[in-house]
Amino acid sequence: MQAVKTSSTVLFDGPEWTFELLEKARDIIEDIALQDLGLDVYPNQIEIISSEQMLDAYSCAGLPLMYQHWSFGKHFVRDETLYRTGRQGLAYEIVINSNPCISYNMEENTMAMQTLVMAHAAFGHNHFFKNNYLFRQWTDAAGIHDYLAFAKNYIIACEERYGLTAVEDILDAAHSMQAQGVFRYGRPPQPTVAEKEAMQKVREGFESSQSLLDLWTDSTMRRDDEDSDNEDPAVSARQRELNLPQENILYFLEKNSPILKSWEREILRIVRSLAQYLYPQKQTKVMNEGCATFVHYYIINELYQQGRLTQGAYMEMMHSHTNVVLQPEYDDPRYSGINPYALGFAMMTDIRRICETPTDEDRDWFPDFAGNPNWRGVLKDAWANYRDESFIQQFLSPHLIRKFKLFTLSNDANKPNLVVSDIHNRAGYRDIRRELARSYDLAYLEPDIQVTDVDLRGDRELKMTHFVRNDIQLDRDNREEVLKHARKLWGYNVKMSVEVAP
Amino acid sequence: MHHFIDRRRNPKGKSLGNRQRFLRRARDNIKERVDQSVRGKTLQPENGGLSDGEKVTIPSKGLKEPRLAHSTTGGQRHHVLPGNKDYVVGDTIPRPQGGGGQGGRKASEDGDGEDEFSFTLSQEEYLEILFDGLELPDLVEKNTFETLTVGTRRAGLTTAGSPNNLNLVRTMRNSLGRRIALQRPSLAAQQDVEDQIALLEAKAPLTAKQKEALSELQARLDYLNRKRKVVGYIDPLDLRYDTFVPEKIRNSKAVVFCLMDVSGSMQEREKDLSKRFFLLLHLFLTRGYEHTEIVFIRHTHHAQEVDEETFFYARETGGTIVSTALEEMKKIIADRYPTDEWNIYGAQASDGENFGNDSLRCKKLLLEDLLPVCQFYAYVEIVDEDADMLLSNADAGEDLWQAYRQVKEAVQHFEMQRVSLPSHIYPIFREFFLPKIKGAQNAGG
Repeated sequence: MQAVKTSSTVLFDGPEWTFELLEKARDIIEDIALQDLGLDVYPNQIEIISSEQMLDAYSCAGLPLMYQHWSFGKHFVRDETLYRTGRQGLAYEIVINSNPCISYNMEENTMAMQTLVMAHAAFGHNHFFKNNYLFRQWTDAAGIHDYLAFAKNYIIACEERYGLTAVEDILDAAHSMQAQGVFRYGRPPQPTVAEKEAMQKVREGFESSQSLLDLWTDSTMRRDDEDSDNEDPAVSARQRELNLPQENILYFLEKNSPILKSWEREILRIVRSLAQYLYPQKQTKVMNEGCATFVHYYIINELYQQGRLTQGAYMEMMHSHTNVVLQPEYDDPRYSGINPYALGFAMMTDIRRICETPTDEDRDWFPDFAGNPNWRGVLKDAWANYRDESFIQQFLSPHLIRKFKLFTLSNDANKPNLVVSDIHNRAGYRDIRRELARSYDLAYLEPDIQVTDVDLRGDRELKMTHFVRNDIQLDRDNREEVLKHARKLWGYNVKMSVEVAP
Repeated sequence: MHHFIDRRRNPKGKSLGNRQRFLRRARDNIKERVDQSVRGKTLQPENGGLSDGEKVTIPSKGLKEPRLAHSTTGGQRHHVLPGNKDYVVGDTIPRPQGGGGQGGRKASEDGDGEDEFSFTLSQEEYLEILFDGLELPDLVEKNTFETLTVGTRRAGLTTAGSPNNLNLVRTMRNSLGRRIALQRPSLAAQQDVEDQIALLEAKAPLTAKQKEALSELQARLDYLNRKRKVVGYIDPLDLRYDTFVPEKIRNSKAVVFCLMDVSGSMQEREKDLSKRFFLLLHLFLTRGYEHTEIVFIRHTHHAQEVDEETFFYARETGGTIVSTALEEMKKIIADRYPTDEWNIYGAQASDGENFGNDSLRCKKLLLEDLLPVCQFYAYVEIVDEDADMLLSNADAGEDLWQAYRQVKEAVQHFEMQRVSLPSHIYPIFREFFLPKIKGAQNAGG
């Protein structure tokens, strides 16, 4: 009797997918995701693409409407070669933080994989995009497609008007400082697309009229007696005037470069807007993937228990899931850092465990939620209010540290050997957790470089400062190349000095 | 609130623009490699000489995307690693060589660390880069020379024409539309009335009412017959004919004649140089024509047509009579390549030696028989590496060279050059095919 019941309700049997099956699967997944897990998602738009189109998307940071630049072509030929020679597989899906949430599924996927991928991307990632505070505050999910379309068209128009080389030069230079083109702390305003275009027109008009009226601006009409003999007040005055120090170098160049034309400034603005849009994704790799992996794992198990999946399909999904969350050990040839899927999934699962069957140790470490019957609520709160660094700092349990057998190596360039500084024991838990959290903190991963001073009425040399932490310097070749680009954008000398971070 | 979209049918090559920009950016690097890759190639497509694409490996220098990033060495760092086996606090580990100790670093960084990377150029892109900026010789000036044939092309439909061109589908479609519009009675309707009449007539004698019905039916049958006659099944109005118009078709078939002296004086070096020249010419023409063929003619004191392998690698001894090869070429053209269908290109390589009076004969053959039917004819003389005198002085040379110089003065689509090193081949080839300024024809030589 039981067997008859299950075979009449299985979603699909066999590897081939059809759009009807996809619809059916999606509806059931949605039911579990929304009713059972209580997820809150953007409307889904699921697109089926070929491997060629997947490669296209790969090369453009996953954004289908990206503007054109040679570096994307370079990434494409590299990915294509790797893919064709079998050295690199393609992702099963790509999902975009937008409203509606667009996910791209590969046509090669079997029906089982399509189901898994839908649960993973269209519900897991989608929920995370919609609810995590970084995405809510920093990205405009409803407007991104319009903005990308605007950017693409604008750059094409510039290429037609000013030539490929001129546009390429600006984009090259802007890309070299893209990671320094984000506001890490301030809140960006979020004008609509129509407003943006209007603003852009106004800016252009203003720039062209200003070139005529340049003689009468404040800076030229200013009385000279403000420049007193004392050096420091002058420096601090012009720092105030230019809002220095400024961590967003692209923003500073866009606003203050003496030589850029208005269209060049607009391109800088586009590059830094996209950097800002992608910035939350860089900060939430572990959480984002952990959330999506946890959701798909929960959903496929639920489907299997409801008798909606055949054993074969379930095994196929589990096989793929296991591959994804594999964490090779440090001495394994496959080891290439900590796998964000593995860590994220393990932490999410661990949170559920702490809620459901806490040990004394868990109660000690996590008095706030150990034994909380509502593990869904605890997880959703974590997904909404943390990023990788703070999430690990708050939620990584001794249990997991033991499970992963984490240990810390201290690497001091002045000493001949590496030293094991902590292992998974009582003395080491907190240190390991802190170091691991720090290794996901972009403030530590990325160099801290700020525009600190420029004398617009003097030699106009732009002074940047690299605040060095732990004696880790910049890569020299890269630094020289980037400075060349910066000089191109600034028009005058650009100097990078080094200071020890306070 | 949700939907699925099938994007698989969307146009491919969305990143074509990016690819073009990339090739443009890396052009110098790619060009260098493409020029190098010409060396190892064979001419015939089936031998892999011109495959679908060409794999090139270029240094990633100049394609770097610099970023402000931390150096991978130096400073104080902490790495958290999984999978501790038996380490305890305080254990020391020798520093791994080559900076391998960066536990937390992602292997998928940017790939910029690679020194070079390879990818595949399509054949079109390959040729485009190889022959960047070159033109087919004097295409404008020699318009009259371009071979034309006349073919026919469909040119829509007409209402008049010969019956063999009748377009049945269109005609029947018109017919059906007209019959429906004019309500032509169907054969079934007529049959129906006839059946009813037959039924009534069989019942004789008839009542008055039946007679009346019969005459009514008769009248209806007459009407139907008349209407079927007036509204014909096919009316002249319905007829549609296919039309064809004669059209001049630009011929895009080309044949390259490779002529080479294989007598004892031509060694490996000379043959290698010739091969490169022939290869370039063939590749170049492949780009301009839909279909190209190659004919290999080798000669000593007699000439014969051979396959590529024999042409380049077989040994032959004997004297040197260049005109035999020209005769052979003339014969093959007459036999197989009618000049109204084929664009003919000639390329000849030799070390400049010829038998006695033969050079005059060559000149005569070229001027009278071959050059009038050729689009272009190139002569490459391979000289010793140390023959500076010959290289720098075009006036000097043996009688074949002298005879050809006279040919060159007489005919514009004849080119000649001396080479001694592989590096000469490509520049000379370029020189042959660079777009020339009118009137400066002879200055290039």
